[in-house]
Amino acid sequence: MDESREIPGIGSGIIAVARRDLLLAWKRPGDILNPLFFFAMVSTLFPLGTGPSAEQLKFSGPGVLWVAALLATLVSLHTLFLQDHEDGSLDQFLVSPQPLPALVLGKTISHWLTSGVPLVLVTPIIAIAYRMTFDVIWVLMITLAFGTISLSLLGSVGAALTVGLHRATALLSLLILPLAMPILIVGAGAVSLAAGNEGMSGGVYFLGAYAIGALSLAPYATAAALRISNE
Amino acid sequence: MATGRKVLTSKLSASGLTLFRGERCLFTDLAFALDTGEMLLLEGKNGSGKTSLLRAIAGLIEFEAGQIEWNGVAVKKQRQVFHGALAWLSHRTGLKGDLTLIENLRFEASLRAQKDVEFDAVLLRLGIERLTKLPLRALSAGQQRRVALARMLLTDVPLWLMDEPFTNLDRQGRALVLELVDEHLEAGGMCIMAAHQDVEIKGTTRKVGL
Repeated sequence: MDESREIPGIGSGIIAVARRDLLLAWKRPGDILNPLFFFAMVSTLFPLGTGPSAEQLKFSGPGVLWVAALLATLVSLHTLFLQDHEDGSLDQFLVSPQPLPALVLGKTISHWLTSGVPLVLVTPIIAIAYRMTFDVIWVLMITLAFGTISLSLLGSVGAALTVGLHRATALLSLLILPLAMPILIVGAGAVSLAAGNEGMSGGVYFLGAYAIGALSLAPYATAAALRISNE
Repeated sequence: MATGRKVLTSKLSASGLTLFRGERCLFTDLAFALDTGEMLLLEGKNGSGKTSLLRAIAGLIEFEAGQIEWNGVAVKKQRQVFHGALAWLSHRTGLKGDLTLIENLRFEASLRAQKDVEFDAVLLRLGIERLTKLPLRALSAGQQRRVALARMLLTDVPLWLMDEPFTNLDRQGRALVLELVDEHLEAGGMCIMAAHQDVEIKGTTRKVGL
């Protein structure tokens, strides 16, 4: 190889992809707002169905907020690679000298920043409506932050597997849900425990470990899936 | 376009290539070789597998059998090195309609090695120097094609893979593509092109019929 030909490093690849996707999201704010509205709608409508008594809200709050967050993330996932597939960007990724897992990681980071982070940020407002105390809201935000990291990463694998298929939202959900179950159970469980003034650190640790596990494995799985499904 | 890069010889060779799409066999036992400064022209009817062959060379789909060697080493064993040596142009440009020309090209620059050429000169040559501030979706298909060509010219790679590069281009545009390919070959580059029209260039052209 010619020494004068310098291929930019991995870091610059990750940052470039994340930056480009953030820029795209900025120019199309609807893609960020839709899942957020979904989240807000489900979690505010729920009390109307079950009755607004404080006792009931305290009891169902953690579960409802977690389920709504999970579904909102799932809704936003199927578009992750869709546009890149249609406009040929994915082809360019696949034939670029950058390692594909790095580029995929860049995309996932941007997805989390545009879906997970806004979700975590609006949670306190909705949680107050559920009469949660500050300590509980804090736990809810931490667990959701870790949980959405894992969901974005797991989702990227599912989105990569279904990229060539049209209207594969249901299939995508089916693929991810089994892996997302533990996140939901432990996350909602930890918040419930915190609401009952019991120790919840075990749940937080689990979610952190799950996120790190997903972070180290999912980009490779996603890259492999993309190579197969982008025909 | 003059580049400061010293001319290195590179070589691409393939043997025993067999490709299936679904149940259909597109070709069997195909072989070709390509040296520095040469162009390989893939000819054939619509649906004969030109694009598939090109995609398979780029590594986007897998050959059923056979192998491709880049400088004597199997491409499969050095995917990243090979990808660092090629640029890909097809009808799906891989550019983002929501981003401007500059934003698109800047993104590409952080993925691939860039040539030491004047950015503005490249745009001027392709006739897209006035379009830098517009989102790409506001450009015509031919203009978008020119942006994709600009990306190729700015990238420092020896091997160009071009799938129907003349699509959507006007007469001047088509002549320009030929001119650019000629210069690229003269500078020691290589080009594999799928086209269903006659392509006349000064350099050596090898042909593969499908």
